[in-house]
Amino acid sequence: MSAWVSSGFSGFLPQDPVLKKRDDFEDVLEERRNSSDLRYALRCYTPALYKGLVPCKASMLKSIVLQSDSLQYVVGQVSAECGESREAVQEEAALLLEEMAHRLQLGTIRFFAFTLSKAFKALFRGVCVNEEGIQRLQQAIQEHPVVLLPSHRSYMDFLMMSYILYTYDLALPVIAAGMDFISMKFVGEMLRMSGAFFIRRSFGGDKLYWAVFSEYVKTMLRNGYAPIEFFLEGTRSRTGKSLTPKTGLLNIVMEPFFKGEVFDVNLVPVSISYERILEESLYARELLGVPKPKESTSGLLKARRILSEDYGSMHVYFGHPVSIRSLAQGHISRSQHNLLPRHIPQKPTADTQAFVNDTAFRLVRLQEENMVLKPWVLLATLLLQNPDGMDLSTLTEQADWLRRLALAFGAFLDWPDHEPCSKVISSSLALHKNLVCVSGGRVRLVVEELPGAESATEEAGFNRAVSVLSCASYRNQILHLFVRPALIAVAMQTANCSRKDEVFNCFNFLRNVFSNEFILCPGAAVQDFEEACYLLGKCGAVQELQQDLVMSQSGQTTLAFLCSVLDPFLQGYQVVCRYLCEELEENLLENKFVPAVRSFTLQLILSGSLKCYEALSSDLQKNALAALIRLKAVRRVKAGDQVTLKVNKIAVNSLEDTLGKTNVQHINIYLYSSLLNNK
Amino acid sequence: MTARDLTTSHPPSRRRAPLTRALKRGSGMASDGHICERRRAAERRLRVISGHLHQRAQDGHAAVSAQECKAEASRANPAKAAPVPKRRHDIMKWNGWGYSDSRFLFNKKGQAEFTGKRYRLSGLILPSLKDWFEGTFGANLQHKSPATPALNVSAVPPPNLNESFVEELKAAGVALSQEPEDRVFRSHGHCLHEIFALREGRISRVPDLVVWPSCHNDVVKIVELACKHNVCLIPYGGGTSVSSALECPPEETRSIVSLDTSQMNRILWIDEKNLTAHVEAGIIGQDLERQLNESGYCTGHEPDSMEFSSLGGWVATRASGMKKNIYGNIEDLVVHIKMVTPRGVIEKSCQGPRMSTGPDIHHFIMGSEGTLGVVTEVTMKIRPVPEYQKYGSIVFPNFQQGVACLREVAKQRCAPASIRLMDNEQFQFGHALKPQVSSIFTSFLDGLKKFYITKFKGFDPHHLCVATLLFEGDREKVLQHEKQVYDIAAKFGGLAAGEDNGQRGYMLTFVIAYLRDLGMDYYVIGESFETSVPWDRVLDLCRNVKERIVRECKERGVQFPPLSTCRVTQTYDAGACVYFYFAFNYRGLSDPIHVYENVEHAAREEILANGGSLSHHHGVGKLRKEWMKEAVSTVGLGMLKSVKEYVDPSNIFGNRNLL
Ligand SMILES: Cc1cc2nc3c(=O)[nH]c(=O)nc-3n(C[C@H](O)[C@H](O)[C@H](O)COP(=O)(O)OP(=O)(O)OC[C@H]3O[C@@H](n4cnc5c(N)ncnc54)[C@H](O)[C@@H]3O)c2cc1C
Repeated sequence: MSAWVSSGFSGFLPQDPVLKKRDDFEDVLEERRNSSDLRYALRCYTPALYKGLVPCKASMLKSIVLQSDSLQYVVGQVSAECGESREAVQEEAALLLEEMAHRLQLGTIRFFAFTLSKAFKALFRGVCVNEEGIQRLQQAIQEHPVVLLPSHRSYMDFLMMSYILYTYDLALPVIAAGMDFISMKFVGEMLRMSGAFFIRRSFGGDKLYWAVFSEYVKTMLRNGYAPIEFFLEGTRSRTGKSLTPKTGLLNIVMEPFFKGEVFDVNLVPVSISYERILEESLYARELLGVPKPKESTSGLLKARRILSEDYGSMHVYFGHPVSIRSLAQGHISRSQHNLLPRHIPQKPTADTQAFVNDTAFRLVRLQEENMVLKPWVLLATLLLQNPDGMDLSTLTEQADWLRRLALAFGAFLDWPDHEPCSKVISSSLALHKNLVCVSGGRVRLVVEELPGAESATEEAGFNRAVSVLSCASYRNQILHLFVRPALIAVAMQTANCSRKDEVFNCFNFLRNVFSNEFILCPGAAVQDFEEACYLLGKCGAVQELQQDLVMSQSGQTTLAFLCSVLDPFLQGYQVVCRYLCEELEENLLENKFVPAVRSFTLQLILSGSLKCYEALSSDLQKNALAALIRLKAVRRVKAGDQVTLKVNKIAVNSLEDTLGKTNVQHINIYLYSSLLNNK
Repeated sequence: MTARDLTTSHPPSRRRAPLTRALKRGSGMASDGHICERRRAAERRLRVISGHLHQRAQDGHAAVSAQECKAEASRANPAKAAPVPKRRHDIMKWNGWGYSDSRFLFNKKGQAEFTGKRYRLSGLILPSLKDWFEGTFGANLQHKSPATPALNVSAVPPPNLNESFVEELKAAGVALSQEPEDRVFRSHGHCLHEIFALREGRISRVPDLVVWPSCHNDVVKIVELACKHNVCLIPYGGGTSVSSALECPPEETRSIVSLDTSQMNRILWIDEKNLTAHVEAGIIGQDLERQLNESGYCTGHEPDSMEFSSLGGWVATRASGMKKNIYGNIEDLVVHIKMVTPRGVIEKSCQGPRMSTGPDIHHFIMGSEGTLGVVTEVTMKIRPVPEYQKYGSIVFPNFQQGVACLREVAKQRCAPASIRLMDNEQFQFGHALKPQVSSIFTSFLDGLKKFYITKFKGFDPHHLCVATLLFEGDREKVLQHEKQVYDIAAKFGGLAAGEDNGQRGYMLTFVIAYLRDLGMDYYVIGESFETSVPWDRVLDLCRNVKERIVRECKERGVQFPPLSTCRVTQTYDAGACVYFYFAFNYRGLSDPIHVYENVEHAAREEILANGGSLSHHHGVGKLRKEWMKEAVSTVGLGMLKSVKEYVDPSNIFGNRNLL
């Protein structure tokens, strides 16, 4: 007799982060180092499949999509609108689908299984996967259509995902990829055959494209064709911080549930963390304005040089499947679709849009929470706060302190417990020798020297910025842990008094300003505040006395540290504000904004009035602009193809002032370092 | 085989129909021998019926005869059969479904059997039922949960009588009773929670008095007196409600009077020119059909509950019969309705077949669920008894294909009298009900085996599903029709699977209701519910609702996966009616009924979320009224309320259904 088969459903965000249970890891490369890669690549592959699977071949899939009611409807619409014949539009749809569709083949996967085994063994010391997560995923795949949502930090990510799923005999995913790959002919086709399907980066109002694309994805989902994988962040994060999620694809994969076409969909957040990112300095350069090299096959081949380097280990954490059905309970009324044929495309209602957006944020938060942090992340954090370098002993001491703070905040830290702290630190520093060096007992950032040139040239500044931004991309990995308490720490300093509601107002203001910069769930200000207060109370930094929130005697170190975590962002946003107030000629084109701010910032740095190199990051600059637009201090005005920025100088100025009030912390940073040193 | 042989083994409800069918098929007559054959058939029919009635008397449930209703006595020749006895509990279970003599049980050898003589399954052993039962529910014959054997009369609250009302009723010569057995019997329908409570001996609010009007005028009198003395009236027809419609509102402080229509069971006249019959609303389905059959007619209205449910009940709930494809649902069958309300009698002035006279007032009456008045007389359409009937069945590789086929059949508007599609679980369940020996069943079994080996190749027994069919009409047309349907089926991978298979499916309809009582003897509780849904959502709805049931059971601590199954029972131009069964083993649950109610509630939410209706034919009652506003909009509900306010301002018909 068959009793219940178990399955896991989960909600979100447990309360005390320290109590959060995380799974253990297993290194998948270990077996690869001990047995034949060829046999592994050719072994029998029989994944467990979705119980409601409608078996169909990739070619069959295309015809289902092209014949679907919803596509036919849009074809009819488009043909009526543009006066072309139905057949012509249908033909166009077929071509779009051809351009888009994957051609997943086991053979290609086997090829990758073989070559990637070799590559991964050369690159990584280990690829650690939480096997319990794999088991949960296996269960989830059988029960409902699955959507895999990995974080995106590297090109490696999706190859790695398929590699791992193949290794564990799980159903291979189809992956939404950007069109950029297509230009690399051979690689593009290889990726297509390993399950990638390609989406144009922007197709704005192209109804037909949207219809083909969304029906393609939905058909695969409804039929349980394969797990669908895409990156919520839309693109690789160049900064190590999670990006504000895009909701387009999430909307598409949720729709079959909203319309009752599937019972449920399991969303599986996957956190992929790299001890050393392959693209590290590439990203820094990109952020500083060296245009992104167009992905070309030869470019990728050049990357062979990379194979000779040590990239440490990487971790892949498969989170708990999140049931859309459970999430939507009480938020979405599915019966809203009762009165319209379901194949007629409908704009999601405001409710739906809000729900999808909220879900996207929560999922990214789940990715963040399960991202493994290496000791180096702590070191990078400290080194950035000490731009002139640190004594190794100080660094060691502070790293140990920071480790405990991070753990108290629930960090998923991969710190080897059995090794002495100094050893852990020295091996971290060794792995990142391209970023830091130790000489004469002092640790400092490595900056590419310019032969014979002065240190005040643009190029020198630029080189230093590359180091700082590379380093920051590691520091940024831990920001999600500190950002909320840090916002409180800053708010406590900015607020006129210690009344809790005052502090909250300041917190809320800052949170609002930075909501393009960090993953801050919309509408969760109160919850964020409460949680952060709880954490700060727990680690003894603040006390809640009736209406007041006050720093406790021993809290200064922690609060000062937290303030300085936010400092580069506060400074960076001020620089952007200042630029908009001071420098702007009447009509700034939006696409000229970044270069203009960049050179403005660089001048400030070269003149010695700004020390914050992170202000040079185009990511920060764009986020700041987006925030100003959101806060209605800047308006985008479209004229033809061009977008110009109209600045409300009074508003921008006052924002800069407000952010300026937070500058007191410079004193505190000093204070806090001296405190630590005197311990 | 002679007619008489067959008769004795038929259940009363189906006795005639299968007989005619068997005869027709056995006779091998040619289509040009029509007239003569008709006459012969009519003669046979009469013989059959006399045998049938004879047996009925032997069964002893034709005992009590009604008072003659003076007002009607002078009418010419009203057809009158013995009504359902006033003491219903003499022949029917007080705490379960159907006749007392018919029930499933596991005998000493652990084999299931069905007792009694009424049904074709009666007296037979069902060897596979035990394994299916234990395997499906994780039940065990060792673990029994028997019902309280007899009604504990002292547990019944004493009646709260309105003395002057009772006096005047008695003076008017209306039959009445305040016996606890009579009152308890009329305090419930057949929802699970109602029967479960009775089995546990729990009695809640029951009517204080039962009255038996014997004609329209009696009802007029009763309603007048009820208004005068402010007592609450609850019409009671067959008691087969599955919407808590008959439950007495616990908050009701007035005296509650159950108005049992069973004694108003005459066919008052038959109009052969217009093919209509005027019938008293208390007549139950099987009696109506049998009596019309005697004159060569039928209404063709055959809800699965037709052995017990009444014409008035059908009108009051907007009932649907399995052969609606030919005869229509109750709203299509009704030509004229007479209803007694606190404001007076409502009826139309003529029997025109269609009218444009504003909103059809019949539609305020149909579905009023006893909240506006008592339906007393109904003119219904009648049809000549069909010359020929043929069962059929089709096996499909999976449910999707089956639904696609039914959709196509509906599109081509060629649905047989009945077409039903069972999912795989029900197909398996059907197998569990195979009897040990019986001529008809053995042939079916052999047929099926062969079938498996030859044609089922490629059909996965865990996915295949079966449609059962019933064709009616003249022989030639039936055969033609049959071919058309099977041709369509073939396009969807369907294979004809024999007549017996189909016949068995329909025959089981009448015994399935008895099975729930067996389950309840062994910790298994279950229920069925229905909806209607547009074609394009049928599959999604079925899948989601079934899965929701499974998930809800699990989340609520049910120890073993439930049975969660469905079938498509009716097809329409724009959609279908879907019927769900679910049942689970409740061992280990402290409050099984609560769990069960939560699951059913969740299932209904799921139905609504998937574009299904609140009900296709069971009605709203009190069970589903929380969703009425959502179902018909605030304005719609307001309209209904204002009708209620006008017709019954003092809420005399206070069963509180619907609104
Ligand atoms: C096993 C089983 C199978 C069923 N199959 C079907 C089916 O195939 N199709 C279908 O439509 N339903 C079916 N039902 C549901 C039920 O049989 C119907 O709702 C039926 O119409 C109820 O008739 P009844 O005479 O038993 O009414 P009751 O159960 O006695 O009453 C039902 C409601 O109607 C009111 N009422 C009854 N008589 C009158 C009257 N004369 N005037 C005013 N109000 C009145 C009552 O107050 C009550 O609110 C089934 C039920 C069961 C238990």
